[in-house]
Amino acid sequence: MTTKDKYKKVAYYPGCALEGTGHAYNRSTKAVGKELGLDLVEVKNWNCCGAMEVKNVDPKLQTYLSSRVMSVAANEMDMDVVMAPCNGCYHNLKKAEYDLKNDPESVEVVDKLSKKAGHKTYESGQVETIHALDWIKDAIGEDGLAERVKNSLSGIKVANYYGCMYTRPRHIFPEKDAGPGSESTSKPHFMDDLLAAAGAENVEFPLKTACCGGAHTLSDSDMSTKLVLNILKAAKLAGADVIATECPTCHSGLEMHQIRAEKTLGETVDIKILYFTQLLGMALGLKPKKVGVHENISDSIKFLKAKGLA
Amino acid sequence: MTPLADIEAAITAVGPLPDVHAAADKLLRLSEEVIEHWVTARGEEPTSELREGFRLLALHRQGAKGDPSFNACRETCREIVYHYNLVTMQSELAETTNRLEMMKMISSHLYLFVSGKMQVAALGEFCCSAKPIRTSTDFDSGTTKEA
Repeated sequence: MTTKDKYKKVAYYPGCALEGTGHAYNRSTKAVGKELGLDLVEVKNWNCCGAMEVKNVDPKLQTYLSSRVMSVAANEMDMDVVMAPCNGCYHNLKKAEYDLKNDPESVEVVDKLSKKAGHKTYESGQVETIHALDWIKDAIGEDGLAERVKNSLSGIKVANYYGCMYTRPRHIFPEKDAGPGSESTSKPHFMDDLLAAAGAENVEFPLKTACCGGAHTLSDSDMSTKLVLNILKAAKLAGADVIATECPTCHSGLEMHQIRAEKTLGETVDIKILYFTQLLGMALGLKPKKVGVHENISDSIKFLKAKGLA
Repeated sequence: MTPLADIEAAITAVGPLPDVHAAADKLLRLSEEVIEHWVTARGEEPTSELREGFRLLALHRQGAKGDPSFNACRETCREIVYHYNLVTMQSELAETTNRLEMMKMISSHLYLFVSGKMQVAALGEFCCSAKPIRTSTDFDSGTTKEA
């Protein structure tokens, strides 16, 4: 079976953020999948991936939590691909896969906890974890996407912001940096490729994998605001109208600190922030509401109307 | 070495005139100083070696040794170097002022990230998987031990 066919039906792992602040990402991912004829089957009774709270206290417990998600997909749903649109979930599942392939201690802990929890132990290699970008890029591709575009994104200048978890650390992503056509960990381009296929003009954006300050948004909000403000200003200086995102943590951080920068630092940066799935959805002819634009914190409707997308 | 607290203002103060070359040199030097602070705080002597022709890249490599989370600013350092090259090698182009401005923003990002990390060492540990994977202390601590 080709990768293209394999990705037509995948286990969908939304993760916690997509049920909360990142709900627009959830809505738009599902809407885009439906529009493209791709089948998403939500992982049954999924749990937290271990996120930062668990990982920082006990990395092996995080490995177990992520492994359970993969175990359910493989052993209870008979799926061989898990698609996680959230960078944090994607990263953690990949890390768990790496640990279970390379570290006997992790295998032992995961087996012990799986037995205690009463489910089959996940074994490395049972599923392939992919990101929403891999999913659309491989199942549909740029040409397939371009053929389906109803409202071109032409005239929209986009700074693609990938955040830090999509590519780091590189050893847990063996499929990246694997030659022509593969994703790059130093200069990721899958989102650029997809949005360009939908007609957008991507700008050269040097902070595409830089830290958004998400990790200390609570412990040091001022620092997070400054980091975000810098990203917003750099994107604006690069000529962008929109920052496209593919991570719910980065997205909500950019939106919230954009407002906070206005309030606390008196700095306004007029740039829109949209999930790449929202932009793709509208390019495929979906109305803004269908892709959850109304669920974003910032208001992009006037801009989208001016660009003929609303 | 410029005190860490003064570096942000020093970066902001760099202007394109009268000499973009000198401005780019200044930003590169300030970026090096940011990482010198990080390396010094780890109890090490900042390297004077070059990597790919730049001390900044050598310093970053030194700062990331044993602390993978520091790689969260690796591309930032590389972008600083890239913009330095753009500004100094093509300084006659009309885009140079913009490129210098971008270099300032990237340098500021480096400063913000590193200075944040110096206050809270854990910064970046979620985002870039900083914690060394599989350490004995990891295994001996927390819930897994009791499982």
